[in-house]
Amino acid sequence: MKTLPRLVEVRQRVLKQNDLVARELRQRFLEGGIYVVSLVSSPGSGKTAFLERTLAIAREKYRTAALVGDLATDNDAVRLARSGAPVKQITTGTVCHLEAEMVKNALEGWMEPGLELLFVENVGNLVCPSSYDLGENLRLVMMSVTEGEDKPLKYPTIYNTADVAVVTKMDLVRAVEFDVEAAHFNIRSVRPGMEILDVSVKTGDGMDQWMEFLEARMAESRVEAKR
Amino acid sequence: MHELSIAMIILEAAEEEAERQGDCRVTAVHLRLGPLSGVVKEALASAFELAREGTSLSDCELRIEEVPIVVYCPRCGAERKVVSMQNMRCAECDEPAGEVVSGREMEVCAMEIVEQKEAEARK
Repeated sequence: MKTLPRLVEVRQRVLKQNDLVARELRQRFLEGGIYVVSLVSSPGSGKTAFLERTLAIAREKYRTAALVGDLATDNDAVRLARSGAPVKQITTGTVCHLEAEMVKNALEGWMEPGLELLFVENVGNLVCPSSYDLGENLRLVMMSVTEGEDKPLKYPTIYNTADVAVVTKMDLVRAVEFDVEAAHFNIRSVRPGMEILDVSVKTGDGMDQWMEFLEARMAESRVEAKR
Repeated sequence: MHELSIAMIILEAAEEEAERQGDCRVTAVHLRLGPLSGVVKEALASAFELAREGTSLSDCELRIEEVPIVVYCPRCGAERKVVSMQNMRCAECDEPAGEVVSGREMEVCAMEIVEQKEAEARK
């Protein structure tokens, strides 16, 4: 007679290893007084242009650096380095997202003392990055007006795991007949209460609001760190 | 497409569990999967079939239990299901509800294990 298989209870998060490293990173950032923002979007939304501008503004006030994930090239890192901030490339090869371990390895021996603000640009992908905690304080999801208003409905998970949404290329709203209200409605229908910032890197519109938002969040996290 | 790497992590966990249990073989892994985990059930199921080929777990099954999205509804003052992933409103009163209580899960909750001898006999 065949015995039935035994059922062994396990209860183990599949990405436990990543979560452990992310937690370790978060603790390190907290102790070092470093605020970490990760950026996710589909390819071509304007992450690099947005970040280039942000780095240039932020580094006037804060010690700022950026890690950039890319599948194969270092084009983005080269572009970002023009801002004058330290930039390091993480080439992921065939991997479609960043993992906490990659961030940890990239920071090894590179993170300068006194760093206050670190940006981590994920690989252009709206699916895979949503599962991986990178130890960041703020996850920013970005969509450009050229992508259409329904992007959040197509990729609800990444929007749902993000803390703030940035709509870029606002200078093209008319040209592409983008319905800003509908886009905001869709974002909030996937993630009720989410903060949304409309930005044009080209004209600079909305960049002040973005920096204000960021600085407010940085201040909040400093208060929390002191507790 | 990160389902393949996730399937491989699950297989590794199964191998580790088999070792821990002694001379055993894992015949099935039970996984709790939420719609907000970032992993698509169907994609993971086929990635798992691919990943187990040629390993000691080539006949190991993946049983996926789908966990519904549950939010805290501020109006009802209770945990509620949502209308849908695209419409995160309380399914009872239609209030937007951003506080996710469950639905992000991706965890191995159990494994089915048979003794090695038994496993051989089954073949």
